[in-house]
Amino acid sequence: MLDICLKKKQGNFTVDTAFAVYGSGVTALFGHSGAGKTSVISMIAGLDRPDTGHITVNDHCVFDREKGIDIPPEKRRFAYVFQEGRLFPHLSVRSNLTYGMKRIHPRDRYIEFDQAVELLSIGHLLKRYPANLSGGEKQRVAIGRALLSSPVMLLMDEPLASLDTARKTEVLPFIARLSAEFAVPILYVSHAVDEILYLASTVILLSQGKSIAAGSVEEVLSQSDLRYTGFCTDTCSTRPYS
Amino acid sequence: MEIFTLTSAEWAALRLSLWISGWAVIGSLVPGVLLAALLARKQFPGKSLVDGVVHLPLVLPPVVTGYMLLLLMGRRGMVGGPLYELTGFSFAFNWKGAALASAIMAFPLLVRAVRLSIESVDQGLEQAARTLGANPADVFFTITLPLIFPGILTGIILAFARSLSEFGATITFVSNIPGETRTLPLALYTLTQVPDGEAGAMRLCIISVIVAFMALVTSEVLARRMERRMKG
Repeated sequence: MLDICLKKKQGNFTVDTAFAVYGSGVTALFGHSGAGKTSVISMIAGLDRPDTGHITVNDHCVFDREKGIDIPPEKRRFAYVFQEGRLFPHLSVRSNLTYGMKRIHPRDRYIEFDQAVELLSIGHLLKRYPANLSGGEKQRVAIGRALLSSPVMLLMDEPLASLDTARKTEVLPFIARLSAEFAVPILYVSHAVDEILYLASTVILLSQGKSIAAGSVEEVLSQSDLRYTGFCTDTCSTRPYS
Repeated sequence: MEIFTLTSAEWAALRLSLWISGWAVIGSLVPGVLLAALLARKQFPGKSLVDGVVHLPLVLPPVVTGYMLLLLMGRRGMVGGPLYELTGFSFAFNWKGAALASAIMAFPLLVRAVRLSIESVDQGLEQAARTLGANPADVFFTITLPLIFPGILTGIILAFARSLSEFGATITFVSNIPGETRTLPLALYTLTQVPDGEAGAMRLCIISVIVAFMALVTSEVLARRMERRMKG
C-alpha cells in the first residue's frame, strides 16, 4: 500500500497531492512536464522535504510531519533511478553496481550481484567506466545499481527520457522483468503513454501539482476528460511497445 | 663547473625551503579542505567575513601579515604567549614559525582551488549516493572527495609553490636565521646584500625557477592524468 499525502510550496508552484494505491507492480506517476512529478518523487525519496503531509509505504511510515517523523534518504531504502542515470564517474561499472549493495546488511538483500548482472545483460561492462557507456547501457547499470541495494521500493524518474526509441525498446523489457521477477514495487514517473501502457498496472494522474485521478490504467487513461487536458494527443498515436 | 656547485649554505637553504613548504602544506591541507567545503556548500552568518579573512593574505603586503603574526603568535603574543607557557611550544624565530607564515600566505590559494572544484561537483551524484544508503559523511569520503581530488592536488601544488616563494611574512615574523629560517628567497636576498654574492644569488635564482617550474608541470600532468581517468 502506497499512502502518500504531500504539500509543498516552491515559489509560485504548489505541490498538493494525496493518493493511496495498492503498492505492488508498477505504479505510474503520469503527467505533463512541469506537472510536479519529479518534485513528488524526490520528496518520497527524502531528497526534498514536504511542508506537511505523510509518506507511508507498505505500512512503514518514512515521513509524517504531525508525528515528527522524517527518515533520512539513506535509511528509507527507496532506490532512485534518475532520468540522467547519475552513475559515479570515478567508479567502474562494478563498483557503481555494488555501491548500494555494500551498504546493506546481507540479511536484507534479496538479489544477488550475478542475478542482477544477468537480468540486465551488463556482464561485459563491469570493468568499464561510465564515460565509456552508451545511453542505454548507462541506464541499465543505473537500474542495476538501484536494484542491488535491495530497495523496499524502486523510484524511477523518466529513466528512458534521455534515450532514443531504439534504446528505449532496449531498456523497457528489463524494467518489466524487474517487477515480474522481484516483488519490489516500482513508482514510475513518465509523461509517455506508451511506456505506461506497457509497464504499469496503476496510474496516478498529476496535473499542476495535484493528483486528479488514480486507479487502474484502463480506468484512468480511458477517462474522456484526459483528451480535453491534452494528454492523449500525440503520445497515444505512437505505437505501443510489444 | 665551479659556478654550478652549490655551497653547503645554499644546500641548507634549499633543504630548509622544501622542508618548511612541505610542513606548511601538510598543516593547512585538512583545515583548507574543510573550510573550502564550508564556503562552497553552507550558508551561515558571517560567511563573507570568513571568506574575506581567508583571502586577506593575498592582498595585504606580506610584511603586514608577518607583523600581525609576530603580535599574535610571538612568544609574548596574544596567542603565542599562553601557548608557550602551557605547552612550551613556540613559533617564534624557528622553522615552525616559518612554516606557519608560509601556510597562511598560501592558504587562500589552497582554499580557492578546492572550493572551485567542490562547486563543480554535481550534487545530483551525492543525492544518488544518499538514496543508495550512504550517510552524509560516507558520501563525502566516497563521492565528493574522490571527485575533487584533482582540485585538491592543484591546491596542494599551488600552495607548495607559494610557500617556496614566501619572503616578506617570513622575514618579518621569524627573521633570517641561517639553518633555521633562512629559506631560498631569504638566502638569495642575503647574497644580494654582500659584495661577492652574485654567483650564489644566480645559482639560487636558477634553482628557484627550476623548482617552481617543476611544481607547475607536475600539477599539470597529474591533473590531466586524473581527468583522463575520470572521463574513462
